[in-house]
Amino acid sequence: MRTDHKYILEMIVPNSHVLDLGCGDGELLSLLMQQRNCRAAGIEIDEKAIYKCVERGVSVSHGDIDSGLADYSDKRFDYVILNESLQEVMNPEKVIAEALRVGKKVIVGIPNFCNLNARLQIFFLGQVPVTEGLPYKWYNTPNLRFLSIKDFRDFCTERSITIEQECAFDAKGKIAFAHNLLSDIAIFLISKK
Amino acid sequence: MSDPQFVETQYFSFAQAPNELVLKSGVKLGPITLAYETYGKLNTDKSNAILIFHALTGDANAAGWHKDAKNPGWWDPMIGPGKAFDTDKYFIICANCIGGCKGSTGPSSINPATGKPFGLSFPVITIEDMVVSQKYLIDHLGIKKLLAASGGSMGGLMALEWSVRYPDTLQSAILIATNYKHTAQQIALHEVARQAIMSDPHWNKGDYYGKELPAQGMSVSRMIGHITYMSERSMEEKFGRKLQDKEKVGYDFSQDFEVESYLRYRGASFVQRFDANSYLYLSKALDYFDLSEGTDLVGAFKDLKTKFLIVTFTSDWLYPSYQSKDIVRAMKANDLDVSFIEIETSYGHDSFLVEIEGQSKLVSHFLSNVAKNNVNIK
Repeated sequence: MRTDHKYILEMIVPNSHVLDLGCGDGELLSLLMQQRNCRAAGIEIDEKAIYKCVERGVSVSHGDIDSGLADYSDKRFDYVILNESLQEVMNPEKVIAEALRVGKKVIVGIPNFCNLNARLQIFFLGQVPVTEGLPYKWYNTPNLRFLSIKDFRDFCTERSITIEQECAFDAKGKIAFAHNLLSDIAIFLISKK
Repeated sequence: MSDPQFVETQYFSFAQAPNELVLKSGVKLGPITLAYETYGKLNTDKSNAILIFHALTGDANAAGWHKDAKNPGWWDPMIGPGKAFDTDKYFIICANCIGGCKGSTGPSSINPATGKPFGLSFPVITIEDMVVSQKYLIDHLGIKKLLAASGGSMGGLMALEWSVRYPDTLQSAILIATNYKHTAQQIALHEVARQAIMSDPHWNKGDYYGKELPAQGMSVSRMIGHITYMSERSMEEKFGRKLQDKEKVGYDFSQDFEVESYLRYRGASFVQRFDANSYLYLSKALDYFDLSEGTDLVGAFKDLKTKFLIVTFTSDWLYPSYQSKDIVRAMKANDLDVSFIEIETSYGHDSFLVEIEGQSKLVSHFLSNVAKNNVNIK
C-alpha cells in the first residue's frame, strides 16, 4: 500500500461517506471501500483512470475538480479527500472552501516544496528543486501551485480552518518534528465550524 | 429445431380487447405485438436478465446472425459470449419498439379493425409508451428484476425512462450518448427530416403501402440523419474532398464528391429497410420526451436505488455531453450511485455503435460489479 494511502486510511472512521477529488485510478477509494466499509465516490479528469475506477467498482465522475463540487449539497460527505491534487487545481482557495462546504471534514495531502533537500538545491545549485515529493522539472510539472507545510498551516489559520491532524512523512516513514523542514509530504485533516 | 448458429426473432402479443394499452395520449392501442430476441440463458432465479433498447432505426436483432443475413445484429460487437454484455453470464433481451417497423406493432402494421395498414391512423406514441409495452414483455418472461437496462441514443432515453418508471425492477442502467429532453436544435433537425418525407408526393399523407414509396423524401431524411450522426472531423477523415469515380469535378450537378455518393447510397438503402411513417412516429416520440416534465430533473430521480453508468463521446454534437452531465448532476443531488465518462473519439453520435473498445471495458466491469454479490451469476 502507498504510504500516503496508509496514513489517510488511519484518519478515516469506518462506514463513512467519502468523496475523493482527483481520485486517479481509484486505488485509495477501493481501499476505503474494502478496509473501512466506506461509501465512495470520485472525480477524475483523466479518461484512462476512469476505466480503472469502473473496473474497481468505484463510482467516478469524469470532470475537473474546479467545477465538480457544485453538484453536491452542504455537508453531504463525511470526508472529502484532496490528495496530491490541490496543487494542480486552478483555484485552490475556492476548491478548499467548496470541499469544506460539502464535506464535514477534508483531508488534504500536499507535497512539501520547502523541505531541507529543496532548500539546499535552491541555495547551493541555484535551481528549482526536484525532490521525491516533487519529481518534475519546471517545464513538465502538472503542478500549478507550490506550497510548503507552513504555507498551508498559515492558509488555514487565516481562514479559521481547524487543523485536526497533521501527518508528515518521507519515504522512510512518519516525521516526528520539524515537518516543514524534514518531510516530503504532509496530510492534513481539516474542518471548519 | 432452430439452428444454434443463428438467432431468431420471437413474437409476443398482448393488450387484446378489451384490455388495450392506454397510451400517454389517452388513446387505446391493442392488440400489440412485440418482436424480440434473446441471447444467453435465463438463470434459475431469473436474476441475470439485461434489457437492451435500440436506437431510432434499430430493431430486435441486437446481436448474432439471422439466416441469410448480410450483417449481424446492430450491437453485435458488444453482445455475445465473452463480450461486454456476456451471454455466457447474462440473459440479454432486445425488443423492437412499438411504432417501429421491424416486427412490432407500428404504422405499417395491419389495423385489425380495417384489415389495412394503419398509416396515419396509428396513434401517436411516446418513449413512455414504448417502455410500458416492454414491461409487459418482461412480465411475460417472468422476470421481476432486471440486472440492467441499457441503450444508446433513443435506447438511452428508454433505459432512463424505465429507471424512473419502474425503479424496483432495475438494479442498474447504462445510458449511452443520450439525454433527458430534446433541445430546439434536436427537434429542428428531426423536423427537417420529417418535412423531407412529408413533402414527397408519394408519401400521400402516410397512405403509400402497396403503392410507390416516398423514396426521395426518405432518402433525404436519412442523409440529414447521417450528417448528424458523424462529426465534422470523422467526415473529413473519411471523405475529405475526395471525388467519386472521377479525376476532376464535372461543373454540373451530377455526383462529384465521395461524401455525396455516400449520403445518396445511405439514403437509398434506407428506403429499402425502413418505413417512412415509422420514422415520423419515432422521431416525434423523441421530441415529445421530457423527463423533467411536471417536475424538475432533480425531482425525477427522487428515491431511486438504481446504479447508473453514463457514457458520452467528445465529438457527439447531436447528443452533446453537457446534456448527460445535467443528468449526472441531478442524480448526484439525489445521492445516487452514478459513474460518468466522456470518451475521447472523433466518430460523433455514431460512436456508441463503433467505439467498442472503451465501451466494452466499461460495460463488462460495471456489470461484473453490479452482479458481484449474486451467487447465481458466474
